Amino acid sequence: MKQILLGNEAVARGAFEAGVKVVSSYPGTPSTEITESIAQYDRIHCEWATNEKVGAEVAIGASIRGARAMSCMKHVGVNVAADPIFTSSYVGVNGGLVFVAADDPGMHSSQNEQDSRHYARAAKLPMLEPSDSQECKDFLKRAYEISEQYDTPVMLRLHTRVSHSRSVVELEEPQELVIRPYVKDVNKYVMMPGMAIKRHVVVEDRMVRLAADSAGRPDDLGLHSMKISSPKLGIITAGACYQYVSEALPDASVLKLGMIWPLPQSLIRDFASKVERLVVVEELDPILETEIRAMGVACEGKALFTLQGEYSAQMIRAALSDEPNPESAIPQDTLPAAPGRPPVLCSGCPHKGLFLALSRLRVQVTGDIGCYTLGALPPTSSMDACVCMGASIGMAHGFDKATDGQDSLRTVAVIGDSTFLHSGISNVINAVYNQSYITIVILDNSITGMTGHQQNAATGLDIRLRPAPAVNLEALCESIGVTSIRVVDPVDTHLCQEIIKEELVKKCVSVVITRRPCALIPTGKGKKEDRTVVNKDNCKACGLCYKMMCPALTEGPDKKPIIDREACNSCGLCRNLCKYGALTKGGRKE
Amino acid sequence: MTANNLHISSAGKVVTDLSLSKLNVVLAGVGGQGTLVAGKLLGIVAMKLGLDVKVSEVHGMSQRGGSVITYVRMGSKVYSPIIEKGTADFCLAFEELEALRWSGLLKLGGTMIINSQKIRPLPVLMGKAEYPLNIKEALVDAAPDTAHIVEIDALASALSAGSSRAVNMVMLGALSYFTEVSIDMWEEAVMEVFAGKAKLIPLNLQAFHFGRDLMR
Repeated sequence: MKQILLGNEAVARGAFEAGVKVVSSYPGTPSTEITESIAQYDRIHCEWATNEKVGAEVAIGASIRGARAMSCMKHVGVNVAADPIFTSSYVGVNGGLVFVAADDPGMHSSQNEQDSRHYARAAKLPMLEPSDSQECKDFLKRAYEISEQYDTPVMLRLHTRVSHSRSVVELEEPQELVIRPYVKDVNKYVMMPGMAIKRHVVVEDRMVRLAADSAGRPDDLGLHSMKISSPKLGIITAGACYQYVSEALPDASVLKLGMIWPLPQSLIRDFASKVERLVVVEELDPILETEIRAMGVACEGKALFTLQGEYSAQMIRAALSDEPNPESAIPQDTLPAAPGRPPVLCSGCPHKGLFLALSRLRVQVTGDIGCYTLGALPPTSSMDACVCMGASIGMAHGFDKATDGQDSLRTVAVIGDSTFLHSGISNVINAVYNQSYITIVILDNSITGMTGHQQNAATGLDIRLRPAPAVNLEALCESIGVTSIRVVDPVDTHLCQEIIKEELVKKCVSVVITRRPCALIPTGKGKKEDRTVVNKDNCKACGLCYKMMCPALTEGPDKKPIIDREACNSCGLCRNLCKYGALTKGGRKE
Repeated sequence: MTANNLHISSAGKVVTDLSLSKLNVVLAGVGGQGTLVAGKLLGIVAMKLGLDVKVSEVHGMSQRGGSVITYVRMGSKVYSPIIEKGTADFCLAFEELEALRWSGLLKLGGTMIINSQKIRPLPVLMGKAEYPLNIKEALVDAAPDTAHIVEIDALASALSAGSSRAVNMVMLGALSYFTEVSIDMWEEAVMEVFAGKAKLIPLNLQAFHFGRDLMR
C-alpha cells in the first residue's frame, strides 16, 4: 500500500516496521513529528524525555537490554546528547540503536546552522542520509540491521526539506518485535579506562570494516547509487542535494551516497576515475569535499557554492550548467516592495502581558528558546541575549557575577516551562548555590509551544495524552533553595510589573511563575462570551492597545480599535491595558 | 487514472501547458490560514491520479502569523521538493501581500489566484511600513500578457460556508476549476484530509464548491 508521508512520518513508520520497542526524544524543529507519529503505534513505548541527553540515555539503556531503540533530536539537540552518544559508540549495542539528527540549513526555526555530520565523524559512528520519504523509511530499517550487524549505534541525518516534505511511501508489514536476551558484560557495557581502552580498538576496527563493506557492496550496505552518463561532469552528493542535482543537471554523472560516514573510498575513487570534472554538492560544511581531497582525489565544491543556507536546483544550474534558469511571468522590478511579515506572539497569547511589563520596566532580559524569544522583536524588544536551551538563567547569573550583583537589580531571565525542565533547573541550582540575586521568570503556558504543542513533565499528560504525574514548579524551586517564589497571571500585566519590581531588589534568587495556558490548547481557549468589544464612546484613540500587537486587534480608520471576533481569544490583556474602559468583556455585538 | 487526466481547461485567458507532465502549485499565505492542509489535500489528489508528488512545508512559525509557503509538485517523477523562480504553474495567494511577495515564482503563462483578504503585518501595524495599494492591478500591469491573474474574495465565501478557516478550501475550489480532475476525486480528497474531524467535512465541501463557483 502506498501513502503520502512527511519524511518524519516515514521515519516513524520505519521504526514501526523495524520492530523498534523504545523511542525517547525531546521535541525540536524539524525532528518533532517523528516521535509524535510514533505515538500512533501502540506496541512502541514512546515518550517525551526532559531533554535530548535523557532521551539518548533511555535509548542506550533499552538497546543494552535488548530492544531496538531510537532517540530523535534537532541538530542543536545533538549537542545536549553528545555526551552519551560519544561513549555509546564504544559500548555498541545489543538491540539496534539509532540516533536521528535533523539539521536545519537556512534556519527556518533554529538558532544556528550547525552540520550534524561532524558528529558522526567525531563520535566514530556510521551515518545514513535519506533524500526523500521513501528513503527515510528504508534507510532507518537498514540502520537497524547495520547497528546489530556491526555492533554500533547508527546516526540517521535528516534536514528540513527531507523531514518536512511529503512524498509517496510504499508501506510494508511490520517485523515481529523481538527483545534480545541481555547478558551481563562489563567489558562491553561499563566504560572505565581499562575497558574503554580495549573498546576504542574495537571502534576503530569497526569503522574500517564499515568503510570497506560500504564500498564493496555499494547499493546494499552503503545504500549508494551511481549513475554514469556524460563523463564531462561527475557529481558526488547526498540527501536533498541529490534531488536538486537531479533536477538541475539531468545529464551529469552522479554518485549518490547513502551512508555518508564512513566514506566508501574505493567507490569514490572509481567514480572519480570515470569523470573529467568532479564536483561535490553538499549543503553547510565541506565535509565530503575535505575528506575526498584528503584521499588525494581532486574535486571542486565550496569554491562554487556557499557554506550557508539551503541549496536549490537553480543555484546548481547557475553554477554548473549553460542552461539558463527560467524567467518569472511577473517581472519584479516595477512592483512595489512587500513589507516583511515576521512571526508574532499569537492573538490571545497571555504571555504578551509579561513582555509588555518587561518593556515598561526597561530591564535587561536574558532569553531562552521558545515562542517567547519573539519578545525580542518590536514592539516590546525585551531581550538582550538568547543562546541555547536553559541559558537564560546561567547568563543572568553571569550578569550578576560580572557586576558584583549590581545588574541583578535590573536583569530578568525568561524561560518557558518545558525549557526550564529541559536544562534551566540545573542553572537555578547553580545560582542558588553560588548566591546570586537574579530574578527568573518561568513563563508557564503548560505545554511545549514553539514546536507545536508537545506535553512535558509539568503538564500532567504523557505523549499519548494519558494522565501522568506533573512536576510542581513551585515545589521544585523551593526544594532546591529558592526562597522567593511568586505566581502571577501574565494577563494582569500591571501586577506582573509590580511583582517583578519587588523581586528585582531582593538579595536572593527569585522565581516569578507567570502562569496561563497557551491560547492554542484546549485549556487556554477563552470563552466566546468573554470576547472583547470596543466601546467607541469611551475610546480616546490613544493607541496604547496597539502596543500589544495582538493580531485580533487592529486600528480602524477612525484610529479606534477593531476586534476580529473570530481571532479574539478573550484573554483580556487589552482590557487590562486600556485606561478609559473602552475595551470591555463582550456580551453584545459591536 | 493517469497523468493524462491532469490538464488545464481552456477557461483561463492563458492556458498552462502541461505537456511536461509536471504541475507546480505554490500555496502562499499567513500562518493559520490553512496552507498546510491545502498542500496535504493536493498531495492526496496527486496520489489518486497515480502521480509522483512532493509537498514541502514550513513548520515552526506556521501558527505565529508569519509568512508561510507550501510547495506542491506533481508529475511522473518529481525530484526537488521546492518550487523556484519562474516555475509555478499556479500560485494560490491566500492573502494579497503574500501574492506580491511570492509573485516571482509564477512561470510564463502561469495562473495566479489571489484572495483579496488583507492581513496587515507587524511593520504595517506599527506604522513602520505601508501596506501596498492595488496589488492585483500592479501585478496585472507588470505582466499584461505573460500571466493569468484572478482575484476572488475567498474570505467572504469561507464565512458564508461557516468559518474563516475554510479560506483554504475556497482557494482549492477555485484551483479545481482550472483542472480536469473530476469533482468526485476532489470531494474524496476533502473527505480524506478531514477524516479525523468528520463534522467539519460538510462545511469544507461547501467552501470548496463556493470557490469553484467563483471561477465560473
